[in-house]
Amino acid sequence: MNDFLEVKSISMHFGGLAAVENVSFHVNRGEIVSLIGPNGAGKTTVFNMLTGVYKITAGEMYFEGHDLREMIPQNIVKIGISRTFQNVRLFSKMRVIENVLVGTHIHTKYSFFESLFRVGRFKKEEAKLEAKAIGILNSIGMGDIVDSFANSLPYGEQRKVEIARAIATDAKLILLDEPAAGMNPAESAELLRFIRELCDKGYTILMIEHDMNVVMNVSDRIYVLDHGRLIADGRPEEIANNPKVIEAYLGEQKHVED
Amino acid sequence: MNRILKTTESLCYKYRYILLAAFIGLIVAVPFLPISRVIMRLLIMIALYSMLGMGLNVLTGYVGLVSLGHAGFYGIGAYVCALLQVRLGVDFWIALLVSGLFTALIGFLSGLPSLRLSGSYLSIVTLGFCEIVQMILKQWESVTNGNYGIRNIPKPVFFGMELNLQNGGFLVVALVLALLTGLGCLALKKSNTGRAFLAIRDDELAAGMMGIKTSRYKILAFVISAFITGLAGGFYSELNGYIEPTNFVFNISILILSVVIVGGLGTVRGMIFGAVVLQLFPEVFRFLNEWRFVVYGLLLVLMMRFRPQGVLGWQSTQPYHISKRTKELLKETVTTKGGIGG
Repeated sequence: MNDFLEVKSISMHFGGLAAVENVSFHVNRGEIVSLIGPNGAGKTTVFNMLTGVYKITAGEMYFEGHDLREMIPQNIVKIGISRTFQNVRLFSKMRVIENVLVGTHIHTKYSFFESLFRVGRFKKEEAKLEAKAIGILNSIGMGDIVDSFANSLPYGEQRKVEIARAIATDAKLILLDEPAAGMNPAESAELLRFIRELCDKGYTILMIEHDMNVVMNVSDRIYVLDHGRLIADGRPEEIANNPKVIEAYLGEQKHVED
Repeated sequence: MNRILKTTESLCYKYRYILLAAFIGLIVAVPFLPISRVIMRLLIMIALYSMLGMGLNVLTGYVGLVSLGHAGFYGIGAYVCALLQVRLGVDFWIALLVSGLFTALIGFLSGLPSLRLSGSYLSIVTLGFCEIVQMILKQWESVTNGNYGIRNIPKPVFFGMELNLQNGGFLVVALVLALLTGLGCLALKKSNTGRAFLAIRDDELAAGMMGIKTSRYKILAFVISAFITGLAGGFYSELNGYIEPTNFVFNISILILSVVIVGGLGTVRGMIFGAVVLQLFPEVFRFLNEWRFVVYGLLLVLMMRFRPQGVLGWQSTQPYHISKRTKELLKETVTTKGGIGG
């Protein structure tokens, strides 16, 4: 059994609709794994199941020995799984640095009263968190906009702040939900480089992505979902030539007579 | 207009310690200034409503939960403070603290429904809370003395000196309370609790995903908000010398909410401004008689149309304050390693 992330035949039913049906996969430490599939395949639902937003209907999920089924989102982030969202969900009226600081929330080591009376420990801990947040922002080239309010940033930048916020939780596994959406080719190339860098730093990444350029270039392994079912898995080059995958994306090949 | 406000902001920010010192100096000087009773009372009401505004602001401005029941907390604070003194002969300062703490407890209990409700539904529950408090104050005659209210609340004594309207004692207490509340709110906002509050307001789901226990923080906001409002209520009972249930009707909730909205949700400066406007308005426009309320309503409507974020509710233009300690830490990391996360 894999000791990092192991998902065994999970299902998610909404009333009569099976959004995810009997899906199994695993992620090894240090890998970049992609989850792809046409719209409505249930990819984001899988993320919501992993992070505890939905209570799964059936199946088992383990992360480093913790049973994820029994956990609330707040505890799942504590054991080291953090995520970004398909449609950016930043704290729009807060500054960039404050957004990242929210990511450090679970590592705060001072109490409410200590913060109210600004005791030494509060200042020391707060400085550590600030330095950490600025360090993360610097490393993704956003050091000069720490003061900006999240809602004043262009879309691509907002996505990067979201990733920074996820990193700030000290997650071991980062779930990226369509990180390249809305980015131009230059930006997504930059993102590609950034994701690889994250991997080199020891983060493990599970990512949903539609941009095949990003997926094929960066992934170690790929899982393909269609209509809530896993239809293929393997290395990028295997997936690119898999007839089932091509069918899911482009439809069945029909023989047209001349 | 915006530019004037923003320049003022940056100036205020730059000289904030001087301003604070000046304000404290003013508080000390109050007993020696020739202020007429009318002006004195007006200033006290402004300080009191700044405090009430800041109390509601913790809930409505920071966490985004709109409460229409703050007159209830206000009334509970006032009655607890008054009853402790009149019935049990407790010293004012202890009674004031207890009234804050007791109201905080009630805030905790009334915060529980907030976990399941949001938006207008929560507002309606808080509205109901306000009416329940009103009913209890009127009907529980053996304790609250019903509609007759409580009279002859003793004046507070500070080291053997009685504080009242004439010697400026009340104004000093009001200003000190408002100052402490304001500083407390500012400290709160720039801590992990404050960030958790704002995060819940902006996106509750994402806040939960960052490990913020949203239920706990919503309740905490209710508790803090109720504590401040209870303190204000306790002080009000002293100021008036007598209280009755009609002092804490629904209209007061609306008045407190107006302070928050006119001033600017989520800011401390806005609460002071809102209190000044809403307390001065009825005085300045006294010549309009009943028409005052028409003009008042009209102003609120215009506000909502042209400046929904409140008069002083703009996003700060000041850079984020990074402490010296942080800068030192950053220098160290740059020289030793750098890179993501660390």
